[in-house]
Amino acid sequence: MTKSNAKSYWKENIRYVLILMFFWFLVSFGAGILFKDFLNEFKIGGFKLGFWFAQQGSIYVFVILIFIYVYLMNNLDKKYGYDV
Amino acid sequence: MAMMYSLLFEGIGVQNWTYILVGITFSVYIGIAIWSRASSTKEFYVAGGGVSPLANGMATAADWMSAASFISMAGIISFAGYDGAVYLMGWTGGYVLLALLLAPYLRKFGKFTVPDFIGDRYYSNTARFVAVVCALLVSFTYVAGQMRGVGLVFSRFLEVDINTGVIIGMIIVLFYAVLGGMKGITYTQVAQYCVLIFAFMVPAIFISIQMTGNPIPQLGFGGELVDEPGIYLLDKLDGLSTDLGFAEYTEGSKSLIDVFAITFALMVGTAGLPHVIVRFFTVKLVKDARKSAGIALLLIAVLYTTAPAVAVFARTNMIETVSNQPYNSVPDWFKKWEATGLIEYFDKNNDGLIQYVADEKNNELIVDNDIMVLANPEIAKLPDWVIALVAAGALAAALSTAAGLLLVISASVSHDLIKKMINPNITEKGELLAARLSAIVAVCVAGYFGINPPGFVAATVALAFGLAAASFFPAIILGIFYKKMNKEGAITGMIIGVLLMLFYMTKFKFGWFGGGTKDDWWFGISPEGFGSIAMILNFIVSLSIMKLTKEPPKSVQEIVENIRIPINAGKATH
Repeated sequence: MTKSNAKSYWKENIRYVLILMFFWFLVSFGAGILFKDFLNEFKIGGFKLGFWFAQQGSIYVFVILIFIYVYLMNNLDKKYGYDV
Repeated sequence: MAMMYSLLFEGIGVQNWTYILVGITFSVYIGIAIWSRASSTKEFYVAGGGVSPLANGMATAADWMSAASFISMAGIISFAGYDGAVYLMGWTGGYVLLALLLAPYLRKFGKFTVPDFIGDRYYSNTARFVAVVCALLVSFTYVAGQMRGVGLVFSRFLEVDINTGVIIGMIIVLFYAVLGGMKGITYTQVAQYCVLIFAFMVPAIFISIQMTGNPIPQLGFGGELVDEPGIYLLDKLDGLSTDLGFAEYTEGSKSLIDVFAITFALMVGTAGLPHVIVRFFTVKLVKDARKSAGIALLLIAVLYTTAPAVAVFARTNMIETVSNQPYNSVPDWFKKWEATGLIEYFDKNNDGLIQYVADEKNNELIVDNDIMVLANPEIAKLPDWVIALVAAGALAAALSTAAGLLLVISASVSHDLIKKMINPNITEKGELLAARLSAIVAVCVAGYFGINPPGFVAATVALAFGLAAASFFPAIILGIFYKKMNKEGAITGMIIGVLLMLFYMTKFKFGWFGGGTKDDWWFGISPEGFGSIAMILNFIVSLSIMKLTKEPPKSVQEIVENIRIPINAGKATH
């Protein structure tokens, strides 16, 4: 485990976190709040789309985001030999 | 045959069913507590550090889903409509922050408590002390609400006095929290998750089938009505709401900035709550911490995506059952809840009908948020055992959260205050005894507040999130992601963040410092959402003070580099 190894591991980790946080923000504060009125013009079944994101969709995406992070980080750990 | 069936099952009645189900579940909790009692401080604080990710995920979910999630949330949503999304997104989105920004690093750090992290990372007992005070403040306000929930369920379903209910709840929690510590709590919480999720889902599925023909409530509430094919349930509810003068259900009435701020404050507050964070100290490896955060949110999401469906079913059912109906012919449940004071009816125009409308002058019906989930099975005329099951589930939710909070309180006192600050030479045995004693004291204090609830309990739950957001979150994030962050910055940031939050809450909730109304809110943000602002100020203050003061010692900067690497996590230590 060298210092530069640790540094590039940390950099990749931060990149993953930022990308996933972007989607975290997009589905909740974006689709569920800021763009709610616009999305409400569309409907899936009986749901207005903005309302659906605010009360359902964002939560599903949150769960998926965490599992994507788990998957990415497990691979990253392997790549850097940190998965002992 | 049919008669035997009715004698065997229907004859039992709600109350006896409740005794049976509550009795069985309580015996299970006590059995687990005896089987898994703690023999060392490590078992008491972090369950020995060897809990599997699945068990930890279930325990975290039960720990997290309190009486507020189980009893109150669907009710609040059913009155708030779209605005209820602040709780749904706020209390789940925080787990993304936890999983990505906190849990893996705190696990690697390998300590027992949140003040432990703050104290060591900021190489200062002042920082530790500030963190202890915040942890105690957050946990006590939270636990009082749980005890109240226990009392409420006992009084309504077993028809015992509400105080007797609180005392029974206290004895149960005392038994397994004091005996088993984190180890006992973890495994009882696993059982409690199963009970509470089953109890929440069964009535929701029944009602979803009744109203929409779809057994999956998450889909059902976006479906068409069984009774009126071609009409969507949500459209119908929007119509009913506007007819009575309320805002459209799917639109809500809070301002955009306030919805934004509350959601953000609840997310950040969730990620900063000590009783949630500490759960991630109990797993073995860093990758287990990440995974169990995912499992926890998945298990929480089952309830959190069902709650808005329950809200819609309950609201529609309630309006259709009572609106403009003669008071003399209301169903049984109406009278029973009226007796507890949670439903109030005043016949203002003396016509004998129940006018339920938005206009306060003409409205004759007041329904407390808290009864929507509890009364829902009765409103939908579900069988007695389902009604009893909901009572057992509500108790599981309240007790599991109360136990988790009591552990934070006891660890803060015995570990952070006594062991780390007052008497570092205390023996392992002495510390364990201190932990148990402080758990006992904490249960008694919580019970006192359960029996004599201060008027501000409801208000202070929001305060707990705001305080966690304003104090812990920035200090922990900066501690992990910014190795130059020093103690001067972190301590000042925490103190100013918390004080500003306290000032704003007491000003607008209790009328101190001249009080104020909705029109005086800063930036149009309610006290519930103000944690966002206080958190931002904490960040700004921390970073500015840091620029003016000296760097943290090299050894501390090395610790920070070290927690970013997931290997050699070791066991949680003193």
